[in-house]
Amino acid sequence: MKLDTSGLESFPSLILHGNDVAGEISAPPSFDLPNSNDFDGFLKEAIQMVKPAKGTTTLAFIFKEGVMVAADSRASMGGYICECLSTLLFGTGRVLCYLLLIKQFFFFFIASQSVKKIIEINPYMLGTMAGGAADCQFWHRNLGIKCRLHELANKRRISVTGASKLLANILYSYRGMGLSVGTMIAGWDETGPGLYYVDSEGGRLKGTRFSVGSGSPYAYGVLDSGYKYDMSIEEASELARRAIYHATFRDGASGGVASVYYVGPTGWKKLSGDDVGELHYHYNPVTPSTTVEQEMVDAAAA
Amino acid sequence: MARYDRAITVFSPDGHLFQVEYALEAVRKGNAAVGVRGTDNVVLGVEKKSTAKLQDSRSVRKIVNLDNHIALACAGLKADARVLINRARVECQSHRLTVEDPCTVEYITRYIAGLQQKYTQSGGVRPFGLSTLIVGFDPYTGSPSLYQTDPSGTFSAWKANATGRNSNSIREFLEKNFKETAGQETVKLAIRALLEVVESGGKNIEVAVMTKEDGLRQLEEAEIDAIVAEIEAEKAAAEAAKKAPPKDT
Repeated sequence: MKLDTSGLESFPSLILHGNDVAGEISAPPSFDLPNSNDFDGFLKEAIQMVKPAKGTTTLAFIFKEGVMVAADSRASMGGYICECLSTLLFGTGRVLCYLLLIKQFFFFFIASQSVKKIIEINPYMLGTMAGGAADCQFWHRNLGIKCRLHELANKRRISVTGASKLLANILYSYRGMGLSVGTMIAGWDETGPGLYYVDSEGGRLKGTRFSVGSGSPYAYGVLDSGYKYDMSIEEASELARRAIYHATFRDGASGGVASVYYVGPTGWKKLSGDDVGELHYHYNPVTPSTTVEQEMVDAAAA
Repeated sequence: MARYDRAITVFSPDGHLFQVEYALEAVRKGNAAVGVRGTDNVVLGVEKKSTAKLQDSRSVRKIVNLDNHIALACAGLKADARVLINRARVECQSHRLTVEDPCTVEYITRYIAGLQQKYTQSGGVRPFGLSTLIVGFDPYTGSPSLYQTDPSGTFSAWKANATGRNSNSIREFLEKNFKETAGQETVKLAIRALLEVVESGGKNIEVAVMTKEDGLRQLEEAEIDAIVAEIEAEKAAAEAAKKAPPKDT
């Protein structure tokens, strides 16, 4: 069984009409997959093994002045130790082979607090990362390459619509193969601000407000209740920051730093990156209440 | 040089690809086609060999649509043209599907030229024996464009150009008489250029006008006859004016 890797090529392969009158297209590049009786089961297990929890909160929305994009920066990891069998044979001397039993732990730990989840595709387009970090980073960079090639070939920038369509088509061709990508493409083109949600199932939605990740329900709550189209850039960035903060507060898989980016007619600009721990005390300042000792002194005096 | 003209992929010692040049010969034997770019429209005119009495003239349209805003006329092997036009039409829709936007005239010209070039560098195939004139409006800037491709796969933009039979004389005429025109004036210029090499009459010329609002419009025979009559009248008046002054002195 062969896996079609033609999606990884940047340039379409030359279709040569050889002596064959029927004009057969040459087979696309591919690699072998292991033989297995239950291929569907194998595929499901493989996907489960690599499936990260999409533990994150990202959001983006369009308002009067442009697009606001915000995200947290925590990367969480769940995993398990698998069976491994190794046998070492050195000529006459033999080393014992040993066997580790399969142990499945699903443990949850914070892999990093400083992941860049807002990816700069080009100076006027941003992509957000949710799902597999490697998948998102690679395919966003690949999209950046395609956007630049489009610019060079057509002497004009690609639209946000076009860029999101390119990404969605690629992800669709890898559907069912275990990619985990839930991204938003935000940018400014000739038609104004653009925002699309694209995921690894091949879905692509145009919209004005999106939030993706495990913390998205919390972020939606704050975002939807505070949203107005006619906001200034400061109001919008404050709304975005607050929404991320609330999501990181309640969702264990989100945290770290709340980054806020703004995309306007001249391109994107990073507005702020605040540690959510500090934001907590900013929104809930500690009022210096009377200490126990002070209370006792007051009581004695009274 | 006979040894170097069999396989397309073989260069001759002095740097020629003979098959490509023979393809250009085929183009030179094809019917004349002219294209003129105006400020608000683009006009294509093609010589029509008189249709046989029993032939349905509507089935031999020589100016075709590639998309709502792009049209093409060609000179050379008509069967090759059909294949190229089909591929170009599919590419226009494919572009709309992947980028959710109509393609520019330059994009589709580049595609057609690329296709023509591919067939000059493959084994066992021959080049397409046609040169095309591609006209249209840029969907983003709204400006009209005229491009020409040829069997070697080169393309370039033109203000006015001709290809096919006697294209040199038509081009000379255009170089002498080209002005930035709009609307009906552009149509007249195109027809005047074509009349240099074609017997006058509406039934020997096929003309189509591409505008931004209405897309491609084929002119009726009667319309063409009317314009031809206008042109003849202007010519006659010019002749008379030339003859008159010497008598006055």
